Amino acid sequence: MSCRQWLLRIICRIMITPNGPRWQQLASRPLSLSAGLCGPEAPLARKDATFKVTMVPGDGVGPELMTAVKDVFKAGDVPVEFEEFHMSEVQNMASEDKLEQVLTSMKNNKVAIKGKIHTPMEFKGELASYEMRLRRKLDLFANVVHVNSLPGYSTRHNNLDLVIIREQTEGEYSSLEHESVTGVIECLKIITREKSRRIAKFAFDYATKKGRNKVTAVHKANIMKLGDGLFLQSCAEVAQLYPKIKYENIIIDNCCMQLVQNPYQFDVLVMPNLYGNIIDNLAAGLVGGAGVVPGESYSAEYAVFETGARHPFAQAVGRNIANPTAMLLSAANMLRHLNLEYHSQMVSDAVKRVIKQGKVRTRDLGGYSTTGDFVRAVVENLHHRPHY
Amino acid sequence: MAGNVLRSMVIIRNHTPEPCLCPGPRSPQTSLLYLPRSVFQLCRDSEELAVRRPALSSASFSRGMQTVTLIPGDGIGPEISTAVMKIFEAANAPIRWEERNVTAIKGPGGRWMIPPDAKESMDRSKIGLKGPLKTPIAAGHPSMNLLLRKTFDLYANVRPCVSIEGYQTPYTDVNLVTIRENTEGEYSGIEHVIVDGVVQSIKLITEEASRRIAEYAFEYARNNQRASVTAVHKANIMRMSDGLFLRKCREVAETYKDIKFTEMYLDTVCLNMVQDPTQFDVLVMPNLYGDILSDLCAGLIGGLGVTPSGNIGANGVAIFESVHGTAPDIAGMDLANPTALLLSAVMMLRHMGLHDHGNKIQTACFDTIREKKVLTKDLGGNSKCSEFTAEICRRVQDLD
Repeated sequence: MSCRQWLLRIICRIMITPNGPRWQQLASRPLSLSAGLCGPEAPLARKDATFKVTMVPGDGVGPELMTAVKDVFKAGDVPVEFEEFHMSEVQNMASEDKLEQVLTSMKNNKVAIKGKIHTPMEFKGELASYEMRLRRKLDLFANVVHVNSLPGYSTRHNNLDLVIIREQTEGEYSSLEHESVTGVIECLKIITREKSRRIAKFAFDYATKKGRNKVTAVHKANIMKLGDGLFLQSCAEVAQLYPKIKYENIIIDNCCMQLVQNPYQFDVLVMPNLYGNIIDNLAAGLVGGAGVVPGESYSAEYAVFETGARHPFAQAVGRNIANPTAMLLSAANMLRHLNLEYHSQMVSDAVKRVIKQGKVRTRDLGGYSTTGDFVRAVVENLHHRPHY
Repeated sequence: MAGNVLRSMVIIRNHTPEPCLCPGPRSPQTSLLYLPRSVFQLCRDSEELAVRRPALSSASFSRGMQTVTLIPGDGIGPEISTAVMKIFEAANAPIRWEERNVTAIKGPGGRWMIPPDAKESMDRSKIGLKGPLKTPIAAGHPSMNLLLRKTFDLYANVRPCVSIEGYQTPYTDVNLVTIRENTEGEYSGIEHVIVDGVVQSIKLITEEASRRIAEYAFEYARNNQRASVTAVHKANIMRMSDGLFLRKCREVAETYKDIKFTEMYLDTVCLNMVQDPTQFDVLVMPNLYGDILSDLCAGLIGGLGVTPSGNIGANGVAIFESVHGTAPDIAGMDLANPTALLLSAVMMLRHMGLHDHGNKIQTACFDTIREKKVLTKDLGGNSKCSEFTAEICRRVQDLD
């Protein structure tokens, strides 16, 4: 940014700020919207213009992906500081204390970056996994996965652009199960109007904010007439409040079929928990797999950034073959959430440039490069900084 | 009399309820299912059964007719059923159709049931072919498909998905079979409103049903020369219910050492399925996952319009059906595509041991699609349903 622009900006700020100039704010960074939103008495979320972010690497290749993020952030001078918590059920590193620590950190930071905490299949009494308990404690009700084809990497379906919004606090993931008599197990799926309306509203708000024009509710109301019926009804009710956005609904099995035949018909999809899990993965598969699609989860207060298709990918641990694209793009989205627009752009541009050049590709995209090679290529590309 | 019964038993043993895509070694185990039938019925059926024996080796010897209950269905159902009947006639298939309509009626005690004449016909013939039935949302009664499943205890839904040459999709060389538990799970139909705005739906998983479907899947794999069975589950989330299903699959796998057994999370299957469907062989899973995956796989090969489906029930009952919708928008306009129902009918013929007729009809159907001259609109052509049917009939007769 040139000197003249700087001066102009400062003068403008002084003129339009009602309470007089805020020098501290101006001195830090031109893009300091979040600090500007806080009242002067609220504690600053950052010191010396550094954001604190909670980091939960999780299992499988999670820690490797986090290393990639840290390397890229360091090379790009990104003003983010991580508070790392290693929580893992499979490695006996999960406890109530640990969960509390993560929650406390989240309460201060509001933003986290997270890998998948693997859930072992053998359970000991507790039905809810730590992954789900964390989700519930933070009330991360909305999972957003923006499935976007990567320019330069061609799959069976190119130029895809759809958003999957998933309710992730109730439904099939309620962990309410019991054995009525020996050999007969009941598993409860809970659907509530409140939460259905909340996710529907989130979806329509998202569509409005991002300038999208259609929301499709995914359901199985022909079979689960009451449960999914309630979800569908809630969506239809909320849709009435957004006359500018088109509203449709589709049955889950048909939706899956359409996704592999003609995915271009969809724009924003909103659905209950389990269907979200299915569609997230399916759609990720359409554009290149779990390694390339970023995702994020929101509550009213918190935002957690993760990969779109959440897999620990345990078979790749330590082999330096994981694709860090999804996590890096997710990290870039996190920076945007923190209003570090410049850095966000820098990271995501670098990743996309590496993919587009096609020279350095990890194994899942048909290349021979290692995770390390990919991260180095991204770091090299960070210096092609975008011009404003 | 005793000799008669004995003869029937021997013959029945050959008639296993597996719908086979290709002829394979058959297991005598399932014959046990047939034994409890009344002597009276055995006597009555003996004439019909006697002609089934030659049908196994070569259908051309078969002179006797076998009865199949035909449920034409709603919307485009009657048209495509007519098409199938025409093609069967052209192929000289020894099938006598008994047409029955099904609508939900309220029986004594307020229970929804299918009409008694349809049930009687099915009880007699054991084999059914069914077109699409409409499922209105909020009609007050359970869906007809659900009702049929319950009535005849159709516990397994089998859908072979094989890429069709000449009908281009982004996926090639798909060759897999989905086997879905069809009686319980998420579709148990048990739901209630706890308080206003809170609904609880019950997913029911039982040991017995899980074992039964697992056994069927392995038996199917063995009979159809398939190398592996993959159990699809979500036991990391639904730890008890899906856990039970998975445990039963593992147990059954122990007794089928010749077939490779793997287990996979539902989400992983979805992720891999759209990237490389060729890695899958036989998939076995609970109800909802089966519903979703079978449609997804159908999508890979071109949609429900070309995917056959069979439902296997207890006591040797089997209903074959097309699983597409009723397409009310084109009903009666002679535009529908009968392929799915026809291929289901082919599955039925093979299930009945009429392999020659089945192969002939299938070849005629695939040849018609491969040549791309006479195709219905959904297959990318411009022909009417009747023209497409006539073309298949012509080819069937040419094959003779």
